[in-house]
Amino acid sequence: MTGSAPGQTLTVADRRDKRRAFITPEGIDLELRIASAGARLAALVVDLLILYLSMLVFFLLMVWFFTDGGKDMAEIFWLLGSFVMRNFYFIGFEMSQRAATPGKRLLQMRVVARDGGRLTADAVVARNLIRELELFLPITMLGFATAEDMVTGWIALAGFGWTAGLSFFLLFNRDRMRMADLIAGTWVVEAPRAKLSLDLTVTGQDGGLAFTPAELGVYGVFELQELERVLRAADETVMRSVADTIRQKIGRPVAEEDGVFLHAYYRQLKLQMERGLLFGKRRANKFAVE
Amino acid sequence: MTDAALSPTALAEAAAAIDGPAFSTRRFRAEREGDWIEFERLLTAIEKGSARALSSDDLLQLPVLYRATLSSLSIARATSLDRAMLEYLEGLAKRGYFVIYGVRTTRMRRLGSFFAHDWPAAIRSLWKETIIIALVITLGMATSWALVAGDPQWFFQFVPEDMAGGRDPNATAAFLRDTLFAKPKDAALHTFATFLFTHNSQVSILSFALGFAFGLPTMMLEYYQGLTLGAMVAVFAGKGLGVEFGGWLFIHGTTELFAAALSGAAGLRIGTAVVFPGAHDRLTAAAAAGRTAGTAMVGVIIMLVFAGLLEGFGRQLVTDTGVRYAIGGAMLTLWCGYFYVPWRRRA
Repeated sequence: MTGSAPGQTLTVADRRDKRRAFITPEGIDLELRIASAGARLAALVVDLLILYLSMLVFFLLMVWFFTDGGKDMAEIFWLLGSFVMRNFYFIGFEMSQRAATPGKRLLQMRVVARDGGRLTADAVVARNLIRELELFLPITMLGFATAEDMVTGWIALAGFGWTAGLSFFLLFNRDRMRMADLIAGTWVVEAPRAKLSLDLTVTGQDGGLAFTPAELGVYGVFELQELERVLRAADETVMRSVADTIRQKIGRPVAEEDGVFLHAYYRQLKLQMERGLLFGKRRANKFAVE
Repeated sequence: MTDAALSPTALAEAAAAIDGPAFSTRRFRAEREGDWIEFERLLTAIEKGSARALSSDDLLQLPVLYRATLSSLSIARATSLDRAMLEYLEGLAKRGYFVIYGVRTTRMRRLGSFFAHDWPAAIRSLWKETIIIALVITLGMATSWALVAGDPQWFFQFVPEDMAGGRDPNATAAFLRDTLFAKPKDAALHTFATFLFTHNSQVSILSFALGFAFGLPTMMLEYYQGLTLGAMVAVFAGKGLGVEFGGWLFIHGTTELFAAALSGAAGLRIGTAVVFPGAHDRLTAAAAAGRTAGTAMVGVIIMLVFAGLLEGFGRQLVTDTGVRYAIGGAMLTLWCGYFYVPWRRRA
């Protein structure tokens, strides 16, 4: 009810770009981006590290608490505690307001219901119980192969291959869905938490520089935003080479400091292009013709 | 347009102080920045889980600020080329969307509706799959029972040695009787119950998770469970301990096997949804089945807590076969009444 079917208004290039249309009831397209497989893996590694480290700490605590006598109690707490941690770590965090485990938060991602509706508890449970199959079963299979004589190495290897095949399911579809995402009706999208940064047109000084419209007309939106990135990063050597390139392009001598020159150029370029936008003119990059 | 961080007059003055054309992105940002910052403050508070800490004024502001942010995003996309600001607004709008349209009930409410409605409804809708899995388990039991009763050597094919623990066809009737009624030292009881619970839950979760491969692995796992059980029954029945073994099994088995069957059924539901999606496309069908099955699985884990308690404590403390049957029967009636009797429930 609250979203649109994915991929209706976006082009093929956008779909490959991992952008998916996501129209709010107010009619704004939020353009969700599917999180990359690499980021997913990194988040998983972080989560597993946290999970196993806290299990280890918990284990040591139990050993320490029940050094004398209460061996049974320690065992019960350990069994229950590790069961709850293993099965409810992911479920608990993903059911919270931010719909993300600490690993996903770190990598700035969240779980979203594919139909645009709200993420329900049953979907979170389904997507995480199937993790058992994708993650822990292959590990168990490997364990069997090394520890047990019950099955031959080949059977264990086949089992591992089969289960690992399931685990890599996400690499074989465009939406980077795990087997479990498919079944739970979810997907994982980027949830960037950008800080509101300074307005560069306010902070910079022009230093008496004025550029002609022709000098400002050599670049497009892409170059403007790259220049913005350079100015925000404020790396001296990069600024030097960028300033030199621009000076060369518009034929100006090296007369002022790079920072002052770039800020002034950025400011006036942005002003001219934004005025163009108001008249419906948008030049994508320097190769585009107006 | 509202704001809470800065007063409207101060903002208007700040905006008016900017020289230049009537509309400029600088002026646009100066006018609206206060709203964004205020909205971000509220979002951060809510995401940290302290929605209660918000005043009622803040809560009334929330949707207004959300719409203001979306409006800013629309205008910014059309007029601004400041990438950092665009990214900030997009991130803020996304966060806002998921907070505003995310959770509509409190946790307690959700928990209440789970027990009052969602759980039994999910189990009820799995009735076909539950019957199939029950038949598969029964078939497994019948198979191994018939085989072991005919030739005891079959037993060793079905039950791993460490699991049998000496309870095989070569054991004496006295030894077998002892395993049914002996009281272990009670210190070990709760450990035993906990172990049973965690082990059985893990098996059930696996049997559910295996379901999506068209349900076949789930059925194999359940059939295997039936095989083990049938072989044990055959051993005890062969020594004239059939009724007693029934009681030993019944006290927790009605809950545990029921839960096992339900976890299999939940897995099977996903498998069948993938093979026979019906009126929907496969993805939608799988997603719908996954949600039902997910709810059912939470229920299964709760059932397994009961099963673990009954097995760990009940069975060891109650050694009278009649009482064992009575407790097992009562649990079965309780579950069936809860799941299948159409009580009037508030949705």
